[in-house]
Amino acid sequence: MDIEISTYIVLASLLFGIGATGFLVRRNFLVQLMSVELMLNSVNLLLVGFNRAHASSHDGQIFTFVVIAIAAAEAALGLALAIAYYRTKNSAETDLGDLLRH
Amino acid sequence: MSASFSLLFSFPMVLAIASALGTIFARRPLRGAMFLLLHLGSLALLYLTLSAQFLAAIRVLVYAGAILVLFVFVIMMIGPGLDPQQPTLKAAFPKTLSAVMVLAIALSMAAILARVELPMGALPEGYGGVKAIGRALYQGATVPFELIAMVLMVAVLGVLGIARKKTDIELAREGEQPAQHAGQISEGASPETGD
Repeated sequence: MDIEISTYIVLASLLFGIGATGFLVRRNFLVQLMSVELMLNSVNLLLVGFNRAHASSHDGQIFTFVVIAIAAAEAALGLALAIAYYRTKNSAETDLGDLLRH
Repeated sequence: MSASFSLLFSFPMVLAIASALGTIFARRPLRGAMFLLLHLGSLALLYLTLSAQFLAAIRVLVYAGAILVLFVFVIMMIGPGLDPQQPTLKAAFPKTLSAVMVLAIALSMAAILARVELPMGALPEGYGGVKAIGRALYQGATVPFELIAMVLMVAVLGVLGIARKKTDIELAREGEQPAQHAGQISEGASPETGD
């Protein structure tokens, strides 16, 4: 009934690649934050998959739990930065933020 | 493995990849957020195929219930400034190059790592349930669990510091003119002239 761990590895690598592509290609602050979430989620999937293969402990799932909490803090901070950026530049395009002052 | 089982497992995988692509290629961020919601749902299904029931529930609660709502809130708040801009031809080449390079790295990583052979062993009793996770969390990882609370608290304070606007009273105080009339205060309080 169970599928191989290699399937999950390939899937997580693909999802990480998609997230990294989105972060590099898109120039919208919010879409870039969503891409970061995609990357975090792919690593979480890998952790849960390996934990399933070593089912004697729950270490991978505990690690995923912590990563989810950190992701929540990261999303809140990133969106606050997005609001501050929008207030300064009046746009969400990250190409406009090319100075070290405002 | 029967056909219904393989369909059961391949459906969330295909859905996860398709919705991830939709997230990064949607022109409007709100549509991207909706695709992200679909992606999170498919990941919860994948967690269920890995017998991680508690984490699947946590994922739906935290991501769909908190993080995605925050995204949608900010998109709605920023509003018209997010209208999609026409892509310039000049930027097309580096974008394509970076996408191809990242996907090549990810695919080669997948091709190497896919040779890992780990048999999915038998499941212990209650694996992935609330009781087992709670036991592992409170007995083996108490300090990280408490540290999460501190991290979230610091994050909340930082968000307040970053995103808070100056109030009318503060702006009037900085404007050196004594705030006597309400009209003066609101004049000095237009958001673009702050600082």
